[in-house]
Amino acid sequence: MAEFLQLLIIGISQGCVYGLIAMGFVMIYKATEMVNFAQGDIMMLGAFVAFSFSAYAGLNFWLALLAAMAVMAVFGALVDMVVVRRIIGQPQFSIVILTISMGFIFRAAAGMIWGPSPLSLDTPFGGTSSFAGAVIGHERLAIIAGTLIMVTLIWLFMTFSRWGIAMQAASQNQLAAFYLGIPVKLIYSGVWGLAAAISCVAGVLLAPITLISALNGFLGIKAFAAAVIGGFGSLPGALVGGLIIGIAEPFAAAYLPEVKNIIGYLIMFAVLVMRPEGLFATIYKKKV
Amino acid sequence: MRVLFKTDYNQDIRLLKHNGFRFWYGLLLLAVLAAPAMVDTYWINELTRVLIYALAGLGLMVVTGFTGQVSLGHAAFMAIGAYLHSFCLANGVPFLLSLPLAALVSGMVGLLVAIPASRMTGLYLAIASLAFAIVVEDVIIHWESVTGGNRGMAVDPPALFGYEIFQAWEFYYIVLAVLIASILLVLNILRTPTGRAMLAVRDSEISAESLGIRVARTKILAFWISASLTGLAGGLFAHFIQFLAPEVFGIVLSIQLLLMIVVGGLGTVHGAIYGAILIGLLESSISILKDWLPPAIGTQPGLEPGLFGLILVLFIIFEPEGVYGRWLKLRTLLENFPFYRRNTFKRQRSYLRTERMR
Repeated sequence: MAEFLQLLIIGISQGCVYGLIAMGFVMIYKATEMVNFAQGDIMMLGAFVAFSFSAYAGLNFWLALLAAMAVMAVFGALVDMVVVRRIIGQPQFSIVILTISMGFIFRAAAGMIWGPSPLSLDTPFGGTSSFAGAVIGHERLAIIAGTLIMVTLIWLFMTFSRWGIAMQAASQNQLAAFYLGIPVKLIYSGVWGLAAAISCVAGVLLAPITLISALNGFLGIKAFAAAVIGGFGSLPGALVGGLIIGIAEPFAAAYLPEVKNIIGYLIMFAVLVMRPEGLFATIYKKKV
Repeated sequence: MRVLFKTDYNQDIRLLKHNGFRFWYGLLLLAVLAAPAMVDTYWINELTRVLIYALAGLGLMVVTGFTGQVSLGHAAFMAIGAYLHSFCLANGVPFLLSLPLAALVSGMVGLLVAIPASRMTGLYLAIASLAFAIVVEDVIIHWESVTGGNRGMAVDPPALFGYEIFQAWEFYYIVLAVLIASILLVLNILRTPTGRAMLAVRDSEISAESLGIRVARTKILAFWISASLTGLAGGLFAHFIQFLAPEVFGIVLSIQLLLMIVVGGLGTVHGAIYGAILIGLLESSISILKDWLPPAIGTQPGLEPGLFGLILVLFIIFEPEGVYGRWLKLRTLLENFPFYRRNTFKRQRSYLRTERMR
């Protein structure tokens, strides 16, 4: 029982990270109909930026996190303004190739700037607690709490703020939103910025567990799988998909070690076979 | 400027449209046939590598260039082809049987990925193929009895009817023959209703569906052909590198294949060949570049994929038609010299066309 609980907490915390990245991914897809295959790498950059603020500028953890979020939001918006916007209207494969190559560039750049060895970020979440026999690191709890806070904030932002509602409008129908005076281009950049900031939080929360290294960008692939499991256009679906993969992983590592690295993808293929539109279907038929 | 007079219905079907084509492609064929006699072993090996890349790129071109579905995991099919082929050779299956088998099995495995993914939009195929590549790499690492795991696996030299092939030039001709046969196959597929359906799916899934094309079936078929060709390339690649290890077939190789067809020119058979030549040049120039870069940057493991990514981004933004597209523009300019208009090749759409409905 204690082992079960322990694995569950590890899984949930891991899943929250995947879920956060997947949410950024889905958010961009919903609003702009573009997929950002560089989302995992943006997360990784966010962790590096937070590390720089904390280690070189001497900020404390929370300030460093906020500063990194701001920097990454600007970065995400710039990626949209400078690169992605240019290929709007080109076929889908252009954007897939473009973003996955950007991911490789980010990874190479991070390796060049911060060096190949993993870095560790000082966080206020040291120590462990035991609960019903399970020993749980505080950094895991921090991930879960951080995710809950982020999800609530995103929900509040999307439902009640002017910008959030404009984003919803733009994601439902770009042309209509444009006619109603919503600055669609700005909204798109805003969505990219928001997604980058969310990923940055995921990266920082993950930092005490995996350390910060350029290879963390590959976690993004699991987040894509999470998005597919959840149904591509659904924010809650992305989180649930992330949790499913996250929970499956430690259990697979404990009971079926052969598949521990690929269990997430196997689940994704199973979902694609059985319910291709994902668990939380929001897919729509295309309009001519 | 050449004016073609149509005097025969077969003219529209012919692969070589006029004598200019016949002359230049004949010359090219002569050149590649004569190449081993004129250069030394090092260059024969380099040429062989380019030909194998071209074959793999041709495979990817079928699904990405002609059908518009991005596959981010084609290295996995190369891996399947390579490992299966070497495993068969090691167990006494003759070369001529084992190579088609490699293509067949890669194709079948490709179907396993494509069938679930193709029911949804093209993005799903991109993600599924990316995940699939990781799964394949993991399977190769763990299935030690067949693949040798991380220790790797030595590849037996190819043998035709009991005659073992050790010379570089002999292997060059085998690869060349396979490549030419595959190019002819792909060119012929493109002339069939299936091939035209692929192009239609690429240009607009909705219009294709409205015209009665079975979109999912076309995508799956394209993926199957693509995976088979890439598996074939993998089998030949196994002989080329002579020692298989899982990390050879990582995501970097997939990106390299993608780079090849994008830089060469998406949607053309020429593109795959140009891309293969360019990637061959690129690999040698990167190894030269590494020597004079400062070690902090030069020894980065991410340097190569990073550069590949940069080149891809630049091409997608500034020359989505690739080198071959640039050449076509240049040729049109020269052919109609004073009358060339700048926007002859201009892209039509510059707004985001929504494809959704709730």
